[in-house]
Amino acid sequence: MGARLFGASVQRLEDARLVTGRGRYVDDIHPAGVVHAAFVRSSLAHGLIQSIDTSVARTMPGVLAVYVMSDFAAFASGPLPQLAPHPLIQGPITYEPLASGEVRHVGEAIAMVLATSRAEAEDAAERINLDIEPLPVAADLAHALDPDAPKARSERADNRLATLKTAFGDVAGTFARADHVLKETFTVHRGGCHSMETRGVIATFDADDRRLEMWTSSQSPYLVRRNLASYFGLDESAVRVRAPDVGGGFGPKAAVYPEEAAVALAAMMTGKPVKWIEDRSEHFLATTQQRDQIWELEVAASNDGRLLGVRGRCLHDNGAYAPYGAILPATALGSFPGPYALEALDISIDIVLTNLVPTTPVRGASRPSVAFVLERLADRVARHLGLPREEIRRRSFIRVEQMPYVTGTKARDGSPISYDSGDYTAALNLVLDKIDADGFAARRAEAASRGKLLGLGLASCVEDTGLGPFEGATVRVSSRGRVIVTTGAASQGQGHQTTLAQIAADALGVSLENVSVEAADSGKFPLGISTIASRVAVTAGSSVELAAQQVRRKALKTASHLLEAAEDDLEIENGVVFVKGASDVKVTLATLAQSLAGTAGMRLPGGIEPDLAATAYFESTALTFAHGSNACEVEVDPETGDVRITRYVVAHDCGRLINPLIVDGQIRGGVIHGIGNALYERMIHDDQGQPLTATYADYLLPMASEMPNIEIYHLESPSPRNPLGVKGAGEGGTIPAAACVISAIEDAIGPGGTFLRHHPISFEEVAGLIDTRTI
Amino acid sequence: MSDVQTYPVTVTVNGKKIQRFVESRTLLIHFLREELNLTGSHIGCETSHCGACTVEIDGTSVKSCTMFAVQANGAVVNTVEGLANSDGTLHALQEGFRQMHGLQCGFCTPGMLMRAKVLLSENPDPTEEEIRHGIAGNLCRCTGYQNIVKAIQYAAAKLNGRTYQEAAE
Repeated sequence: MGARLFGASVQRLEDARLVTGRGRYVDDIHPAGVVHAAFVRSSLAHGLIQSIDTSVARTMPGVLAVYVMSDFAAFASGPLPQLAPHPLIQGPITYEPLASGEVRHVGEAIAMVLATSRAEAEDAAERINLDIEPLPVAADLAHALDPDAPKARSERADNRLATLKTAFGDVAGTFARADHVLKETFTVHRGGCHSMETRGVIATFDADDRRLEMWTSSQSPYLVRRNLASYFGLDESAVRVRAPDVGGGFGPKAAVYPEEAAVALAAMMTGKPVKWIEDRSEHFLATTQQRDQIWELEVAASNDGRLLGVRGRCLHDNGAYAPYGAILPATALGSFPGPYALEALDISIDIVLTNLVPTTPVRGASRPSVAFVLERLADRVARHLGLPREEIRRRSFIRVEQMPYVTGTKARDGSPISYDSGDYTAALNLVLDKIDADGFAARRAEAASRGKLLGLGLASCVEDTGLGPFEGATVRVSSRGRVIVTTGAASQGQGHQTTLAQIAADALGVSLENVSVEAADSGKFPLGISTIASRVAVTAGSSVELAAQQVRRKALKTASHLLEAAEDDLEIENGVVFVKGASDVKVTLATLAQSLAGTAGMRLPGGIEPDLAATAYFESTALTFAHGSNACEVEVDPETGDVRITRYVVAHDCGRLINPLIVDGQIRGGVIHGIGNALYERMIHDDQGQPLTATYADYLLPMASEMPNIEIYHLESPSPRNPLGVKGAGEGGTIPAAACVISAIEDAIGPGGTFLRHHPISFEEVAGLIDTRTI
Repeated sequence: MSDVQTYPVTVTVNGKKIQRFVESRTLLIHFLREELNLTGSHIGCETSHCGACTVEIDGTSVKSCTMFAVQANGAVVNTVEGLANSDGTLHALQEGFRQMHGLQCGFCTPGMLMRAKVLLSENPDPTEEEIRHGIAGNLCRCTGYQNIVKAIQYAAAKLNGRTYQEAAE
């Protein structure tokens, strides 16, 4: 075999198109005769629709149709099916394609205009008159469960959607016996997602065949198919959903949205292709967001600085609908106990309905929140005991010799969670070494001489990755010898075309350029789940490996017949099967594929099944756990509170790396996302649920001018739970980053300063925390 | 639609002279994408913050969602589709973005490339800080910017006849 591609930083196969403007995102697709949709949305966070006057809009230039929910009655009615049913969630809690009665957040779609151009559709949408009777608004998470709180949904008794719990150990005993019990309340904030490409969808409907075809900017084309087929009463085979190039996902594009259903319904109503591209304003109002959470926690610790137990409660702002069931808060439960060998844990999460846009997983889901509260608690104990922060961690971590480590918590399928591999102390020591923690005091003194405050931050995390059950793959050799990998797993920039090709190329002895990856098209591959939860390398990657190895065996078997040689004597290189030591006795993969494609009247070689191809579904039955430690230095201007991150170092372990270049890119982008959460990104609503930060002038995304370089170091603890030894890498950058930055700011303010309990933190707040008299 | 007033616009786009009639309210980005089918330039915000629609107009960087097509009358407009060298090889910036892993989802990339082209024409050998400030009007959610900076440094070195020594990170 040639040099292995697995593990090599090969350049991406995706890039040639994307750097020349030949990407093909949803908005770049123009079916003949396409008409454009615009939505009319609620301007109130809670209200009852009294009337919708569309009479003027229908007469506007270019307008083809105006729809409200009742217009769709021939095809659909009622709320969309639950995407992820949860036994604790009762009653329909999903959107209708267009709201028909009660509206429950600003931005909820109520009416839809179709016109020959988007501009005309928007012109007409402006002339639709809505009469909405206001209802009391539940916009304050902290008080949404109070007995007299306004109800976010008038059909429910209160705003508690469900309460999730996890616990293990002798909680009462651990806390009673502990030398120290500290109590803190933390808040983490609802940011947005902000993929640079907004959502978008195109639908066509063939009324004769009753076939629906869609392109959608989605992480979950197969869930869109399942959800909409079920809703419309169509067989899934009559619904084809494709995700073309997708300009970033980060979580919210994994949900199925009412606009996807409405656009499909409009195509069914008109028989014309219908296109809707979300604008950024709509993205702020109607795309799911991160998580407002309030955590009231107690930590039990010993005199020698060991974390023994954590207990408490979380209020989780779900928003007004639960299209995604309880997945987001459930990821919080599964993120405990983090890297710590806790004796006892007792956590309950109240999922709270509010009149805000729903929250669903965004990069890390609730894992960054749990990393934040656990790392804050570790720092709090360090402060209380007067011990170095790293010592609390070293003394409390799960040790490498305890692997596999059964945590005491349960996975989504009810099975006990066990961490598979990883040396958490090694990652911490590595990151401290690389940031030169020993030299920090000198650097702090130097900064002080310039009138600046330097702080060192630390944060560690464990991340469950490789969520089951599967992503499948077919590997096929074409009659020209090209290897075609087909999978359901959608890509939004993760470079799957390259990494999956690397795996297939290695297995089949072909060059990377001879592999094509076709993904996320339900017309080409039968099943898929979703590109979420750092799972595609584990699931699709392993399936490509298994399928490609099957194809390899089939190729060798076929070649052994054609060459009259034993299979064991054959080798594959550069697309040619040859006899070891007699390389002129050979046959190309192309010829083998042709021979298995059949010729009329001729027998297949050796009675082998037709088609030089195989399909595999690797089932990920147990999560695999990545981990890492981050350290950063911040320089704070005591006058202005301005925080500059001067160094950021990551030690990360996601098992074996398929392509270090791509893994590093994932981590780096993830860290920047977490820095945004720590310092910049604020989705502010007023007490009536009105969004106040709904443009990039008000909602600040990280910019090149503020962001640091991120230094990354890898440890590699292969996972024993899949054939490649890989773990997911998509979210590990984000998970500890906000905790790390806040820890550094607190350190810069100094040991006597305020203990920080929230993010994001503004520079104004930081300035207010610094006692300039002491500097 | 027929009674909507339109106005003649003549622009040179990627070296080709083009004449069309457009509505006065048509934004340049919509003109490029919908009239000319040049879909490389993207729409990320329509409020001039994200820079995904950045093109080069008469040698300056313009966010094409902030300009009406009629305002481009007589201008020379270059988009990502015209960036490659005349022999079909990639421009040094396109090569740099590939070599340095300066893109992930690719949505901001055309705007970044066109911004970087003008940045290098204004400042052929920028420091890292100058690059970071120079592209601060272009948002990227995937890369964390670090490899975009390196990609631009790669291109600057190549255009100045040097070999860029650093690897992608």
